[in-house]
Amino acid sequence: MSNTPATAMRAPGVDPLPRRSLHSLLVWGLLLAALAASWNGADMRPLALFADAGNMAVYAREFFPPDFTHWRTHVAEMIVTLQIALWGSALAVLCAIPCGLLCAANITPAWIHQPVRRVMDAARAINEMVFAMLFIVAVGLGPFAGVLALWVHTTGVLAKLFSEAVEAIDPSPVEGIRATGANALEEIVYGVIPQVMPLWVSYSLYRFESNIRSASVVGMVGAGGIGVILYEVIRSFQYAETCAVMLIIIVFVTLLDLVSSQIRKALL
Amino acid sequence: MLAIEVSGLSKTFGSRKALDDVHLALEAGEMVALIGASGSGKSTLLRHLSGFVRGDADGGEVHVMGELVQRNGAIAADVRRVRAQIGFVFQQFNLVDRLTLLTNVLTGLLHRVPTHRSLLKLFTREERALGLKALAEVGIDDYAFQRASTLSGGQQQRAAIARALVQGAKVVLADEPIASLDPESSRKVMDMLARVNRDHGCAVLVSLHQVDIALQYCKRVVAMRDGRVVFDGPATELSPAFLQSLYGGEAFADAVTPASVLPLQPSAAIRAAA
Ligand SMILES: Nc1ncnc2c1ncn2[C@@H]1O[C@H](COP(=O)(O)OP(=O)(O)OP(=O)(O)O)[C@@H](O)[C@H]1O
Ligand SMILES: [Mg+2]
Repeated sequence: MSNTPATAMRAPGVDPLPRRSLHSLLVWGLLLAALAASWNGADMRPLALFADAGNMAVYAREFFPPDFTHWRTHVAEMIVTLQIALWGSALAVLCAIPCGLLCAANITPAWIHQPVRRVMDAARAINEMVFAMLFIVAVGLGPFAGVLALWVHTTGVLAKLFSEAVEAIDPSPVEGIRATGANALEEIVYGVIPQVMPLWVSYSLYRFESNIRSASVVGMVGAGGIGVILYEVIRSFQYAETCAVMLIIIVFVTLLDLVSSQIRKALL
Repeated sequence: MLAIEVSGLSKTFGSRKALDDVHLALEAGEMVALIGASGSGKSTLLRHLSGFVRGDADGGEVHVMGELVQRNGAIAADVRRVRAQIGFVFQQFNLVDRLTLLTNVLTGLLHRVPTHRSLLKLFTREERALGLKALAEVGIDDYAFQRASTLSGGQQQRAAIARALVQGAKVVLADEPIASLDPESSRKVMDMLARVNRDHGCAVLVSLHQVDIALQYCKRVVAMRDGRVVFDGPATELSPAFLQSLYGGEAFADAVTPASVLPLQPSAAIRAAA
């Protein structure tokens, strides 16, 4: 029905197609302009890849065969990395539950959810690496700084995802709970949480997966785990060992990704 | 004491009067049907009775079981205590899909259970027994431990009634409780509401689209049009001509002759069959 008048009203001879292609031409043009403008800033020197091709080949060759002599230490540190990710994620999930609810516009008034959202935006905007460096100053080198860094950043990320899930709930079951004379907290526990639970669990697992990757990186600034080793072997030009460490990271991350995504699939 | 007392209630949405100086009184133990064409204000009135919506600033007042629900557009501070006495039955059941039927029914106890226990979903053995007894009373205790979403509409609606029973409600408000159900489930749900009224002495105010069902179950009928109560009296005094005018040009108009049985809306029948 609503299409008919619109079609009828279109002036004869005005073809909508050129306008649309003009629009996309503009978008592509802007994108290309931005790329061109960034060429110098990004120090793009593709020729260097070819000029130094010989060096690159030598460099690459030094990575093989991987040197697994110290694999026990590496695996032990990789496990520390997993432990950092686990604690960082768990604490973040715990904090993201109240923060996420406080960020949800259908649960709290604007004077609550607006400020809480800004705080979460800040936690999210700053990278884990930056937090790790800050926390190293506060609590010293080591895994705890990594846990704190992941905790703060992930809380910001999860609070946003959690609150979006809350904002998308069906309000009628909540009204059903309210109708019994339940208080606001009971409305949330019985009416809201059961609706968002599958999504919340799925988001949490997803963040745990990416925190394993992040945890190996925060180690590079000294926040414990496999990252510390990676940083050391790269700095001391032990490329065969670097290769072994990277392979161990790849195996662990891939395995945990698989496990976690299986769990997520089972839950949805 | 009156179960429901509404005096001079008005509600304006934008420029449209959804409720216009409504007066209504229900004695304890009465069962009353609320009828009227779509948009006449039935749901709006029921939602004012449990304090979900506030009336206009000079929009009268609502008492339930002698306690204030709202006055002149301000909801009573202790409205939750009043709500605890009102069982609300919704057209779409409004159960929490992912909770079991029993937990859904036990939410009727939340107003009595101390918050530290309710937030952990810890219910005592006696409380569970109460829930199971209510489910048995509406005939669905076999499904107590299934998720609400796995049950048919009729079963879910009966669980909603069980919730009102567990609540110990003295007043039951039902907003088109059978509009989404097939005829057989509709009959069961209406029978259940009649039982709640008869055996538990609850005052029941039920809005209905099917006039024949209203006449069948309720001695007293309140009819609304454009937010005003245009009829309030014994069902026997409703004339076919009045009903015709009440529903105006709607499809219902030809179905209100006493002998006819109103067909269910096709969408509802399809939903029930699915
Ligand atoms: N939240 C709202 N905002 C604006 N207008 C509303 C709102 N709720 C109800 N109305 C309007 O109030 C009037 C009464 O609506 P109400 O839902 O109470 O009618 P009803 O008798 O229950 O109809 P139905 O039989 O279709 O359920 C309608 O005109 C409706 O559009
Ligand atoms: Mg309605």
